[in-house]
Amino acid sequence: MKAWSVHLGLLVAVAALALPAGRRTRATAATGGLRVGLVFDVGGLGDKSFNDAAYAGLLRGEKEAGAEIEMLEPSGAADREEALRLFAARGFDLVIGVGFIFSRDIDGVARAYPSVRFACVDYSPPFDGTAIPGNVTGLAFREEEGAFLVGAAAALTSKSGHVGFVGGMDIPLIHKFDAGYRAGVAAVCPTCTVHGTYAGTTPEAFRDPAKGKTIALSQISGGVDVIFHASGSTGHGVFEAAKQHPSVLAIGVDADQWNEAPGKVLTSMTKQADVAVFEAIRATKERRLSSGITVLGLAEGGVDWVHDGPHATLLTAPVVERVEALRREIVAKKRVVPSE
Amino acid sequence: MSRVLSLDFLGQAVRVALPYMGAAMGGVLSERAGIVNVALEGTMLVAALAAAWGALSTGSVVVALLSAALAGALVQLVHGTAVVHGKADPIVSGLAINLLALAGTRFLLRALYASSSNSPTIPGQSSSLLRDPASWVVVAVVVATTWTMTRSRFGLRIRAVGEHPEAAASVGVSVPRTQLLAVAAAGVAAGLAGAWLALDQRQFSSKMSGGRGYIALAILVLSGHRPGRAAGIALAFGAAEALELVVQETAKVPHQLVQTLPYVVTLAALVVFGARRRTTAHG
Repeated sequence: MKAWSVHLGLLVAVAALALPAGRRTRATAATGGLRVGLVFDVGGLGDKSFNDAAYAGLLRGEKEAGAEIEMLEPSGAADREEALRLFAARGFDLVIGVGFIFSRDIDGVARAYPSVRFACVDYSPPFDGTAIPGNVTGLAFREEEGAFLVGAAAALTSKSGHVGFVGGMDIPLIHKFDAGYRAGVAAVCPTCTVHGTYAGTTPEAFRDPAKGKTIALSQISGGVDVIFHASGSTGHGVFEAAKQHPSVLAIGVDADQWNEAPGKVLTSMTKQADVAVFEAIRATKERRLSSGITVLGLAEGGVDWVHDGPHATLLTAPVVERVEALRREIVAKKRVVPSE
Repeated sequence: MSRVLSLDFLGQAVRVALPYMGAAMGGVLSERAGIVNVALEGTMLVAALAAAWGALSTGSVVVALLSAALAGALVQLVHGTAVVHGKADPIVSGLAINLLALAGTRFLLRALYASSSNSPTIPGQSSSLLRDPASWVVVAVVVATTWTMTRSRFGLRIRAVGEHPEAAASVGVSVPRTQLLAVAAAGVAAGLAGAWLALDQRQFSSKMSGGRGYIALAILVLSGHRPGRAAGIALAFGAAEALELVVQETAKVPHQLVQTLPYVVTLAALVVFGARRRTTAHG
């Protein structure tokens, strides 16, 4: 009796571990073409943000560069490196990791597979000064510049003079959004108060929408009426909170997040992850993918803010004018945005 | 300070506490029947997916809640069967269920909605705490559990079976049957807490239970398996978390320090309650 129950327990445990983390293969018409594997970040496919933007870039690569694409959504830290390794071992031409969290994993796997090209969106170089492997292309953004613009827009739109910032995991990458946003608010409204809250200190802080909603409601009860989030799918809760309060607006991040809460999204700070992914695919195809880190800011079109079209109807003309003037100052290097 | 003495703050504390409460009630029902239950986390997660699925396919909150209750009961019955009839170690069975729930929900999510991370958004919008039927359902779970444990014949049998199974059996109470009914009820309670999470977000996302089932276990230990006390402690945990957010937002102290607040409260509570329990046990 005892023995079978132990076996049953083991069987259940093994089944749990053996279940696939979720993968999808898209067979394409391309024959003998470029094979590209992409591994998603914590928020995963369907986050209506960073990952979906990267996915859009991947689809564009399939359509316009004729790449044969595959993707994996890792369920946790241990799966991440495995997923990269899986693509590399199968001889893919390009393996893309979406998110800063891949940086060290990519460095390691790239050394083991020198003939495979790797690209990492939001790449951060090794802290200990180790050289970046020659087959790694790091793509980074000056998020603080985009956050600066939406910070200015938030402060100019707020009626209460209190604006909020919701960060995901408490790390330098998110501090860049925080610092840029605060600087943007201060540039147009020195008397405004920024309420800043981080959801946590682990990668799970990027996918706890219940916590995101609690944080947003807390800020709203403190008088905040415009909230910018940089917190992956935790931000989903921020939009839910905004929907409940008629006078509160939210600001999206990474992609145009209007559809998260139509009519409640003032603007979004966009990061061209789709362009970065697509360019990496195209450059690989044309055998001109360079090594090292490429940093994209406002001047390079790597970051932007939503300020025209049907998703910018909540922005008034004077606000757009003022913020665009600030953008020109940053592009002309007349204004430097702090990153921490 | 005024932020903390407001009705809004109380609302925030209740918001954070509701999922803890539902899961802790599940824990009370099961542990008082003598079934150690670490499977609350997985139960919530599966039920949250069931709720999202119910709401997305029918658009009805009632169907969502019923699917979550049913899914919760089924998960707990697997645990109960393994422990009661299979004599499995409850910790091993519980952890296996949590692992299976984590991977299984991602697998089902992929099969149903083509992403292993997020479900589509449930149409409509979430209502505020007081107008959300799911909130009241969780409150009803607390009331029903308290009543069951203290006033009902079923509660008396659960306690008898948990405290002295031989004695209960000698007066004709079926121990396995009572234990299975208790874990099924536990599944309904924890399942409704999971449904609250999904309905509050109008979406299911992978790992959305976020360790809340484990925090419920800590609450359970502190409460000495008493439903009323467990609800009170859950509220205290909620208040600590809400306080963390207010302090982080307004004060000038380093936020890393403030983020430890809920954990410090847990640790302090464990030390204080633990010390008190030991002295009463000896006295």
